[in-house]
Amino acid sequence: MDSELIPKGAKRCSFPFFATGLAIAGIVLLWGVYAMLLCWFKGLNQTNMNDNYGFALWIWADLAVIALGGGAFFTGLLRYIFGIDELKNIINFAVVIGFICYSSALLILAIDVGQPLRSWFIFWHANVHSMLTEVAFCLSLYFSVLTIEFIPLILENRKINKVPFFHHLGHNMHGIMAVFAATGAFLSFFHQGSLGGVSGVLYGRPFSFRHGLLIWPWTFFLFTWSAAAYGPCFTLLITKITEGITGKKLVKDNVVHLLAKISGWMITSYIIAKIIDTIYWAMVTAPSEGFTMMQFYSNNGFYGIWILFAEIVLGGIVPAAILIKKDWRENSKLLLLAIILAVIGICLNRWVMVLQTMAVPVMSFDTWALYFPSWQEIATTILPVAYGFILIAIAYRYLPVFPQEQELYIEK
Amino acid sequence: MTKEQNKRKKHVFGMVIDLDKCTGCGSCMVACMSENNVPFREDESDKKRSITWMRVYKLTNGKSFPDTEICYLPRPCMHCGGHGDHGHSPCVSVCPVNATRYGYDTGIVSQIYTRCFGCRYCMAACPYHARYFNWWDPKWPGEMEKYLSPNVSPRMRGVVEKCSFCYQRYQAARDKALYEGRDEIEENEYQTACTEACPAGAITFGDLNNPDHMVYKMVQPDPHHTRKPLNPKAFRLLERLETNPKVYYISEREWVRKAGDNYIKGEWEKLNKNHGKSDE
Repeated sequence: MDSELIPKGAKRCSFPFFATGLAIAGIVLLWGVYAMLLCWFKGLNQTNMNDNYGFALWIWADLAVIALGGGAFFTGLLRYIFGIDELKNIINFAVVIGFICYSSALLILAIDVGQPLRSWFIFWHANVHSMLTEVAFCLSLYFSVLTIEFIPLILENRKINKVPFFHHLGHNMHGIMAVFAATGAFLSFFHQGSLGGVSGVLYGRPFSFRHGLLIWPWTFFLFTWSAAAYGPCFTLLITKITEGITGKKLVKDNVVHLLAKISGWMITSYIIAKIIDTIYWAMVTAPSEGFTMMQFYSNNGFYGIWILFAEIVLGGIVPAAILIKKDWRENSKLLLLAIILAVIGICLNRWVMVLQTMAVPVMSFDTWALYFPSWQEIATTILPVAYGFILIAIAYRYLPVFPQEQELYIEK
Repeated sequence: MTKEQNKRKKHVFGMVIDLDKCTGCGSCMVACMSENNVPFREDESDKKRSITWMRVYKLTNGKSFPDTEICYLPRPCMHCGGHGDHGHSPCVSVCPVNATRYGYDTGIVSQIYTRCFGCRYCMAACPYHARYFNWWDPKWPGEMEKYLSPNVSPRMRGVVEKCSFCYQRYQAARDKALYEGRDEIEENEYQTACTEACPAGAITFGDLNNPDHMVYKMVQPDPHHTRKPLNPKAFRLLERLETNPKVYYISEREWVRKAGDNYIKGEWEKLNKNHGKSDE
């Protein structure tokens, strides 16, 4: 019934099957929407946050999805500014994923604030010293850029493209996409960085406080770097999941391996910087404030030293090693392992920078604060996953997201 | 503002709490809640979700009987001056909407409830847990609403609040002085509710910039070193983080002074020059 909308020559499942899939995801989405409405109408007492945990699951989810969505700006930078032409075969999908990640982040932020109707104050009464102000400005602007980058893909829909105006609009937008890619990279540098700065500037919190360059703590640069490094791994992971669900190869191996290789070298350089940062923090910054590193990782039920090991070794060194070695990254199982570990690694980094920062006692007579999210927090955090699934399903069905799909199908 | 007013000396209001006098009775907490229309819940057992602008912590020396010692530590907002005492307090510098400001004429960190949009970044920034979020709509049972102070606006759900050093009392004292044609207010004209309520006289409040005021005499703030106390028995919480609080504590007991900050093993003995020598 929707065959006119499906890209020419592309094989898609039957509409009832597709609609059933959407309905299942839709139920999860509605569960999240219900939780969201509870939070908006009844207030944040619906969460398990408290005065020790003012920042919790949602802020982690924001930081994590923005880092994972970093594949969009970095792939765009490589494709349009550095001219790596092969990446044109995955850039569309990277943009779709980025769009989902950033729109999700904005939605979660809108739930997370106590007075959502005053959200515009952040633009009107902006405090230029606050990292959150920089986050708000760059995030909204970059989301606009992602929307602009997404539009030409929507205009390529078979039916829409028949309208001459939309056809020409899409064509012309493609022509100037490098400008938006550069703008996106510029904005991403600042908002990814300022998200790192959010915890890095907290000089009352020795666990996350870092010295830095001028007004920017080292976490500013580490966050930008890590988003560029790990974001492409998430793009690849979602590509693999999409290939698994559709049962089709959608992107050629050479493209996947190229992006994996770039990501591998980026993770390698990032993890070296992260290790140096950790050593300096453990040996200089924290002791100058009266803390030994192990004080941050002991006497509690969750935040043991394992978390630092998991973040740096399992989520950093291991995937980096697999991705930079040709034989290993070209082994499909090892590649999948590496990108999964990398995604877990970056999520863990964002987790500790938010939640462990809140958990660690600072006053000598204070105690560790541990927290478990309420179902409303969990449902609203799963909401973007369901929303992402639905948007990817619709985009895959009706838009030419993967330029190599036909070619690979014919080859097969 | 007239030239005369401009010439007026800058105030730096601060508090000194003698921990050896504090009995932990909680009068300061009650007075604070009453004065500032602080809302409460039917069940106040979840202390991480109840609002206590002034909170009394219980400290022990960690020794077993018969050497156990207890100290009660009242903790209002520290009204930090921030690094270098320039007014970039941990919370003020991070608030994205300028809903919390540093008063350069008073040293008081304010909170603008109608501007706060509840992002809670200031709470994440404060190492003293001095900031509280309104998780619920404020409700006072029965006739209690009639007892609310008309000088303090109650806060709405979804915003952060904290100790203001009873700023409304400063405003009232200033208005009175202005009406009487005076430029300055007297020390006893502006006192916080907790100071007045403390039955043991453990809390002293005044201008840290005025050598005639009791708080100045008690701690001897060093104006050249961000008002660090020259009195060896006085200390500020988490001095090493350079938050530069305006709340000082005094104790004759070394373990209490040591509890005011974090020290790596053996470090206290080397660094305690500002905190007095061992009294054991």
